[in-house]
Amino acid sequence: MTGDDTKHLPLEDLHVAAGARFGAFAGWSMPLTYPAGVMKEHLHSREHAGLFDISHMKLFEISGSGAAALLNRACPFDAGALEVSQSKYTFFLNEAAGILDDLIVTRLGAERFMMVANAGNAAADEKHLRALVKNFEAEGDFDVKVDALDRVFLAIQGPEAWAALSRAGIETGSLVFMHGIEPREKWFMSRSGYTGEDGFEICLPEADARNLVTRLLEDERVMWVGLAARDSLRLEAGLCLHGLDITPEIDPASAGLMWAIPKEVRASGAFIGADALRAILQRGPAQKRVGLKPEGRQPVRAGAALFDADGNPAGHVTSGGFGPSAGHPVAMGYVQTPLAKSGAKLFADVRGTKIPVDIHPLPFTPHRYRKG
Amino acid sequence: MAKTYFTEDHEWLRVEGGVATVGITDYAQQQLGDLVFVELPELGRKLAKGDTAVVVESVKAASDVYAPVDGEITEANTSLSSDPSLVNSAATGDGWLWKMKLANESQLDGLLDEAAYKAHIG
Repeated sequence: MTGDDTKHLPLEDLHVAAGARFGAFAGWSMPLTYPAGVMKEHLHSREHAGLFDISHMKLFEISGSGAAALLNRACPFDAGALEVSQSKYTFFLNEAAGILDDLIVTRLGAERFMMVANAGNAAADEKHLRALVKNFEAEGDFDVKVDALDRVFLAIQGPEAWAALSRAGIETGSLVFMHGIEPREKWFMSRSGYTGEDGFEICLPEADARNLVTRLLEDERVMWVGLAARDSLRLEAGLCLHGLDITPEIDPASAGLMWAIPKEVRASGAFIGADALRAILQRGPAQKRVGLKPEGRQPVRAGAALFDADGNPAGHVTSGGFGPSAGHPVAMGYVQTPLAKSGAKLFADVRGTKIPVDIHPLPFTPHRYRKG
Repeated sequence: MAKTYFTEDHEWLRVEGGVATVGITDYAQQQLGDLVFVELPELGRKLAKGDTAVVVESVKAASDVYAPVDGEITEANTSLSSDPSLVNSAATGDGWLWKMKLANESQLDGLLDEAAYKAHIG
């Protein structure tokens, strides 16, 4: 692994010691599975607590008197309406309302926000933010600072995550789903995740992270979980992966993500892509994201074409695999809007065989968030 | 007496009486991870060396398994339809994939023996 630009996790030595198999993802060498294997890692996260190293994801701290105004321009939401410690799922959109990245923004204080961005888009996101800052500055007196943080980022997910953290000396008591706090200096901890389970994401300095990992792994309820199970967990939970299920060619209405955009913002927000999104909403999206349940045991994967009962093109699959908790193959994709009703019968082309596929409500496994 | 051969693509063949039983090696199943589906070949299908005979699917990805030699499929391991994890738990035993009648036994000479395969995976 020398002589290339692959990025390595700060805790890579711990993953090597744990017996991880590595693979490339978004420019990073990432643990895909540990010796337990994807199936056990997945099920363990739903039953106990899975520990994930997500340091490939990027955190930006945005601060200053202009922070909320910058965010309201960059994202289709109302940053100023967030209470301190409240988190919101949102996006960067392009002028055509295509999704450049999906993000979680948490208000840390009156003029401070934390943004979590995807690994593969981090560099473009930072450029985008800094260009927006320049535009604001060009218009006059504008105070905002964007800091890209260099920290370890861990996720602990599953029904026993809070208990394991508590045993490791970290109390989570009053923190509820989609809220985030700074429990210690240079720490950021939110009750959130990418599995559909209760859980936490903790950004912290490397030395603290090493201590925390050691303490957590002393607890038999906690095990390392790799990127393979992270993907099957999020897919069962019906959560989008940027680059597959949502892309710069897909708008939030087609993706079924309009719940993330408040009504007033839809009507009168001045975010990038507002005009295009309003036009799409007025005429209705031509295609819609849906859950797909293939009949039988054979997985239907990203890229597979979908057809209706008469053999006409109906859409395509954007994510697919096997759902260890669901016990059957699970997939997501886009179909023409009139077909996007639960129960509609479609067929997926897998290596020349037409596999019957039912449109299935999302998520495949119920969310178990701790909302208070 | 049966003789076992290996390929650089991580398959094993056990040959007896002109028929080869074919599977993937333990090393290969470890690399693939938990299998959830095996697409079995049709009986009577004639394969040339290098043709895709079987597709094995893990939670995350689908991978082709190639015919290591020319021949005709005489049997597929149908117990994998209900329990594909047999390939993980017994790759070189109950997790075999298919049997084929060899078209050209001299092709076996180009395959690896166990010592050479072990050297290949390092």
